[in-house]
Amino acid sequence: MAALKIKKGSNKHSAYNLRPTFSDVQESHTLAMRVDNEPGVLARVIGLFAGRGYNIESLTVAEVDHLGHQSRITIVTTGTPQVIEQIKAQLGRIVPVHEVHDLTVEGAAVERELGLFKVTGSGEKRVEALRLADIFRANVVDSTLESFVFEITGASEKIDAFADLMRPLGLVEVARTGVAALSRGAE
Amino acid sequence: MTRQMTGARMVVQALKDQGVDTVFGYPGGAVLPIYDEIFQQNDIRHILVRHEQGAVHAAEGYARSTGKVGVALVTSGPGATNAVTGLTDALMDSIPIVVLSGQVPTFMIGSDAFQEADTVGITRPCTKHNWLAKDTANLSGLIHEAFHVARSGRPGPVLVDIPKDVQFASADYTPPQAAKTSHYQPQMKGDIEAITELVEAMEKAERPVFYTGGGVINSGTAASQLLRELVDTTGIPITSTLMGLGAYPASGKNWLGMLGMHGLYEANMAMHGCDLMINVGARFDDRITGLIEAFSPKSKKAHIDIDPSSINKVIKTDIPIVGDVGHVLEDILKVWKARGRKTNKEALTKWHGQIDKWRETDCLSFKQEGKIIKPQYALQRLEALTKDHDRYICTEVGQHQMWAAQYLGFEDPNRWMTSGGLGTMGYGFPASIGVQMAHRDALVINVAGEASWLMNMQEMGTAVQFRLPVKQFILNNERLGMVRQWQELLHGERYSHSWSEALPDFVKLAEAFGAKGIYCDNPDDLDDAIMEMINHDGPVIFDCLVEKHENCFPMIPSGKPHNEMLLGEASTQGAIEAGGAVLV
Repeated sequence: MAALKIKKGSNKHSAYNLRPTFSDVQESHTLAMRVDNEPGVLARVIGLFAGRGYNIESLTVAEVDHLGHQSRITIVTTGTPQVIEQIKAQLGRIVPVHEVHDLTVEGAAVERELGLFKVTGSGEKRVEALRLADIFRANVVDSTLESFVFEITGASEKIDAFADLMRPLGLVEVARTGVAALSRGAE
Repeated sequence: MTRQMTGARMVVQALKDQGVDTVFGYPGGAVLPIYDEIFQQNDIRHILVRHEQGAVHAAEGYARSTGKVGVALVTSGPGATNAVTGLTDALMDSIPIVVLSGQVPTFMIGSDAFQEADTVGITRPCTKHNWLAKDTANLSGLIHEAFHVARSGRPGPVLVDIPKDVQFASADYTPPQAAKTSHYQPQMKGDIEAITELVEAMEKAERPVFYTGGGVINSGTAASQLLRELVDTTGIPITSTLMGLGAYPASGKNWLGMLGMHGLYEANMAMHGCDLMINVGARFDDRITGLIEAFSPKSKKAHIDIDPSSINKVIKTDIPIVGDVGHVLEDILKVWKARGRKTNKEALTKWHGQIDKWRETDCLSFKQEGKIIKPQYALQRLEALTKDHDRYICTEVGQHQMWAAQYLGFEDPNRWMTSGGLGTMGYGFPASIGVQMAHRDALVINVAGEASWLMNMQEMGTAVQFRLPVKQFILNNERLGMVRQWQELLHGERYSHSWSEALPDFVKLAEAFGAKGIYCDNPDDLDDAIMEMINHDGPVIFDCLVEKHENCFPMIPSGKPHNEMLLGEASTQGAIEAGGAVLV
């Protein structure tokens, strides 16, 4: 994908240049970065967001290249186009950050999140929870006579929707991983 | 060829291999092995400061005046926390320094050991990058990487935290040539299409202006030379930020003087009225822009910066160019020459005429009357009597700093050391020590206010011990002058805690340290006193008693645009509205 081949530091092909002026509209963007898996690298990224007053909606991080000691950090953030550009530029100048990609503007991307839901109850509600879980293709990963733990993956909106449905049916606890994302296509 | 050595010896060897000749530091338990190695060699000179903040500012002064990387060495815990102000100062002003700090041994980290602090955690937001050296085998490579990061791209401070057991353990030394290449390689060359777009705009512009900053100085002396060539061949007027003074000579024919909050009338008016603004290595700091909504409303803006995050951070840029100032200026000159050296001559002549009209305002005029020395007069005389010397100027922070920038002329880069971004009172004296270490025969003057100077006065011991003939030129108004000025203008003349009631006798203070003190409170004696200071071979504290209630003008009040400058006392009545008072 051509849009992903932006040289570090270059802003010539940045989508920012397509925008005529600073806009006040708040946008949600999914940023993915490849970083050296060294101590403190996550603290540097989070510290940047905290120190400069940016938002973090979701954050996931894990080592993706064990031999190369590299991790991938995916952050969903919101801000005006100017703030989003500034976040990307600020992230790009952190020394152990190798690449920053804005998956929201660099073409199509898949975004997935995993959620675990504990639902307690009995009788009709319990049956209804199981039926809805089946519709959402959620798996039962733990079960007792009065509870289920469902595992569900999908876009964040799907997980939100599932949570809304489970709430009246005895939802007691939720754990979510935050968004992991990759660009679509061969590159 | 590999050589086994201890981590402590590795530190000294790596410094030598990086071309370091001077280290500013203060010993303590966690760096004793390194100090033991320093003791056993003669290649690196160690300057014992009196406080770690002084060590870092001295390293900054050394770096700023040489273009090399400055080095400071401090112990764990309080040694490292005392370095934090200097690190932040260097980060804000993009000064390349490497701070090496001792740390408790690795097996005690996290146990709240004696003089333990989470140095890497504390300094993470105030360094360009920092490292905890956990393993002697990686230590030498890490120090080489630290120097690379400090000096590459937008320069800045880095810190390497070295636990004591890592200093004692042995491993193979990696020389710089053998160190693995860093992935950190900032883009140096600017995009040629954007450069051509800028040249086209320069050819057509009717009212162009160069707005240059510290990035020109950081790019090296070649960048300053290229800037001079470009400015003088195109005839485009040039102004500079506080950090960029000296890149273009103050005696140059296109020079407008400094711009910004206390910048010159003609410089700020030119920024406000221009149709093409060419920002070269500056960052649209709030001291420069004033009210952002009304900042240079009619101009097309080009911005050359090596740091992509500086572009579009504050001001929307029409022609962004990411790259090193020197490289980009070279390409601009090439393209401009190849296209036939065109400028809009007729319009430029008119523009210079307009600028000359603004210049007639003579915004720096003042009257030296009576028996009290005006601070402006003191600096005017200092300039007259020292300008032909091989001279370096440092400053503290406040009114005296702004007057120094206004009344002293800088002909060359690397001759002006001041704390711009962070505004660190106490910066100037230790910085002057660092400058004098790098330039032993030069005349190094720290223009100071008495309040700032007292913040790091302990470094008098350093100056005397190492026979550093630094001249401390203190404009003593017995006030925190800039605070007092703001209280007068913004807080109903309620002077809350902005004066000192127990100042020392500076002459006796100098003598107590074994230095020379000079007192002057009479304008008629001033020249002789300054000459006495210059001619004394040793450190001098010059206590120059000046007018206590002088305000610094011109001034763009907070929350106002460039064309609404205050030019003198008469214009201050009701000039600052409540909205401006919340700004700093």
